[in-house]
Amino acid sequence: MTATAGEERSGEACGDWGELVGAALLGTGRRRGSGGGPRELLDAAAVHTLRRRAGLRPAEAAPRPRPAPADPRPEPPEPARRRLARLLAGRAEAGAGSGRRGASPDLAELLPQWLAAAGRHGYRAPAVLLPALLDAARARSDLRPQALALAGPRGMWLAGLNPDWRFALRAGAGGGLPDPEDTAAVRQLWQEGLFAERAGLLGAVRARDPAAAVRLLSSTWATERAEDRLMFLDSLRVGLSAGDEPFLEAALDDRSRNVRATAAELLSALPESALARRMARRALACVGPDGVAPPAGCDAGMLRDGVAERPPAGRGERSWWLGQLVEAAPLSCWRDRFGGLDAAAVVALPMPGGESWAEELHAAWCRAAVRQRDPEWAAALLGSPAAPTATAPGTASLAERARLLSVLPEGERAGWVARFIGAHGLSEAFQLLGACVVPWAGPLGRAVVDALDAAREAGGYPWSFSGVMGLAERCLDPAEAGRLEALTAAAQPEADAGGAAGAGAYWAEAFQRLTATLRLRAAMLAELAPEPAV
Amino acid sequence: MTDQQVRHTVEQVPSRARDAPSGAPGPGREEAGPQTRIGGSASGRAAGARAAPADPEAARRRAGRRAARIAAGVAELEQRLADLVREGMAGQEQAGRAVWEETAARMVDAQAPGLAARVRELGEIPGCGPGWPARMLEEGALLHLLNRGWLGLAGLPQPLAATVRSRVGLPDTAAEGEAVRDRWLVLAQYDSVSPDGRLTTRRTWLRGTESGRPALVLDFGPPGRPPRLALPVGRVVEAEARFRPGTAGLRADLAEGYGAGAPCRQVPEGVGTGPALDAYGAALREDPWLESWPVVLGPVVPVPGERGWQLADAEGGGALPVASGGGRPQAGLWQLAALSGGGPVTVFGECGHRGFTPLTAWEPGCPEPVALTG
Repeated sequence: MTATAGEERSGEACGDWGELVGAALLGTGRRRGSGGGPRELLDAAAVHTLRRRAGLRPAEAAPRPRPAPADPRPEPPEPARRRLARLLAGRAEAGAGSGRRGASPDLAELLPQWLAAAGRHGYRAPAVLLPALLDAARARSDLRPQALALAGPRGMWLAGLNPDWRFALRAGAGGGLPDPEDTAAVRQLWQEGLFAERAGLLGAVRARDPAAAVRLLSSTWATERAEDRLMFLDSLRVGLSAGDEPFLEAALDDRSRNVRATAAELLSALPESALARRMARRALACVGPDGVAPPAGCDAGMLRDGVAERPPAGRGERSWWLGQLVEAAPLSCWRDRFGGLDAAAVVALPMPGGESWAEELHAAWCRAAVRQRDPEWAAALLGSPAAPTATAPGTASLAERARLLSVLPEGERAGWVARFIGAHGLSEAFQLLGACVVPWAGPLGRAVVDALDAAREAGGYPWSFSGVMGLAERCLDPAEAGRLEALTAAAQPEADAGGAAGAGAYWAEAFQRLTATLRLRAAMLAELAPEPAV
Repeated sequence: MTDQQVRHTVEQVPSRARDAPSGAPGPGREEAGPQTRIGGSASGRAAGARAAPADPEAARRRAGRRAARIAAGVAELEQRLADLVREGMAGQEQAGRAVWEETAARMVDAQAPGLAARVRELGEIPGCGPGWPARMLEEGALLHLLNRGWLGLAGLPQPLAATVRSRVGLPDTAAEGEAVRDRWLVLAQYDSVSPDGRLTTRRTWLRGTESGRPALVLDFGPPGRPPRLALPVGRVVEAEARFRPGTAGLRADLAEGYGAGAPCRQVPEGVGTGPALDAYGAALREDPWLESWPVVLGPVVPVPGERGWQLADAEGGGALPVASGGGRPQAGLWQLAALSGGGPVTVFGECGHRGFTPLTAWEPGCPEPVALTG
């Protein structure tokens, strides 16, 4: 089966194949004596060709690839496999966005949901879809973690064969990382690996055994480069606990300022730490029932505990220091300072003699509530969802409020945002909705649908709400599809009635797409449910 | 290696057109009548039988006129080939394919669409990179062989004569082929579009589960209307297949009324790489112009390689090169590799002198076939 087979064979009657080709190239007319005319040459070539084709033999096999490691996870049920194939095929077409969207669902948005749901069920990707899945992950880095987890060891094996998919090997995803339990292998990779491998390894060990990760990091800490120390330290955010305090406290004396600051920040998230207590002492000295008196200077102790001395341009240094002290002090210290008042009451207190400091103080409390994940303080700083944003007790910034929301328990969070939307509509809700858990809880979903309908009645256009619409497609509970269908019907007649046929038809189309997407999501999730054992 | 790449690029598109029905649309076509098979082979055939000419004498005269035209075309083509070899192929790279296009058009005028398609391919070869002279001589010689077959038709045995007629592009005469009743497993189905975009050819590969006999059913559709025959890969349909004379007994038409069929419950049995090539070699005795032969290969291990892929016998050291477009491996090959995970699989495909073209694959023990994307 090789190209040489024909050339090696020399027939009795038809001469050597190479000679025939040479003669045909040159032309029989130009060759004297040897061989016959063109017809004889063609006859001989035909015989030669057929002999070669009829006598083909297998080639020698090249070295075979090493077999892929086994993947014990089950494949998804058949309908789910077909769905994934369609989602992956639809991905290519979805790219070309052209202006207004039609009434059909956006498959590109559903792919991440499918991947996440399949991951929760513990499936592996169907082998035949691995190439399309790897292509999708290559094109969209946001899909990578879930796509590669689903692809599993066979996906990594395949990626090793195709240079287009090298990203998958770089991304790690368990590929090449030793089992965190295998101490010797872990230690070897930690000492000899590339930075990315080591960072991946540290993360894997931290996820399994937080203390072991700190021991691993301590073993080489003194010899690490400053930028590596910073990155490794940052990875301790995951699984942070009181057990990390000795290591972090030591890091407060690091040579690098950034490392020191990060260590201080991590310690301040541990309300029981010595650093948190030191910061509390300093903060309590500045803030009390009598008012606010920011620190007069930044001493060596403050510097060691991570306080940055120089404020950014345009900010006074005293308020800058105050903010940092309050931010790092445990919120629990304020109850006693304010005579047993709870968070809401403390936040509501007027700050005598310090109007200018009050804003700085509240902003610092917001940061502290987020860092220490304190729901009571977060709720107090968010205030009432119905109150005008400008008068919010903590902060008027929607991004800050979204961060505070993320500290609240899920149900409370959804309820707060639902009431916010009820009072203020959707125009400011986008960031807040982003902080809510998917699928949206019942009251939140209803509030969003109601607000969309109100916007329609008020004569708005759906594309003014395209951000919320997009979120709703991904996050609304599919159970809302029924109500949406009724709204679609309500939107339609208006289009036929007046000369201004515009908005109604657009709303109907937008609601249709939303409904179709929700139904598709419901079907998609149902398909992924494991098949009953036969 | 380069030899193979060259060959393949040529083969890719145009050769599909060879199987186009005798009355395929094209300039100079005059007889698009009952013999045309556009839009359903089985029904077309039946209609052809019913619409048998009322005046046998007139039909005979028409056939005679057409044979004369083809003979004139064949003589002209022989002259062109002789000129090519006498003057030397060396100038072909510069000459371009316009001259061959013109010859192809003359063959269409001569009502020999099979010759026209081959001539067009011949003209493509010099533009296909290194190794083209050998390839051009091979194809030119096979074309010459076909011409000689036509000119000596009367002296050929029946099946070979039928093969020559169908390769030249003459609609088969009333001669009835063999009828085989079997449970036919659908091994593969894929479409290809003629180079001018005017005809979609749908090929369906079948294998008799009892007779073991392979069958190729073709269906055709004009632009915008896909061929109607739709048999899902992996189904088994009970039907009567009427095999056309010639072409190594591959071409068949399914009698209608076969229903949806049932899914196949087992992985079809495969052969090793040696027997696969033997089967192709044996088929060449019946049809020397055959590009490939349908083979279920297995168990084999797909071996990706930068210089071309292979399907290697799971036991032993033999392998078939995968016929690739000469460029990057197609998506279907990566699917095949993913499916195998480095282990053995069963693969159905077309095994020919350019290598093996995988079309369908089975994982061990899983009767559900995977149709590989092209």
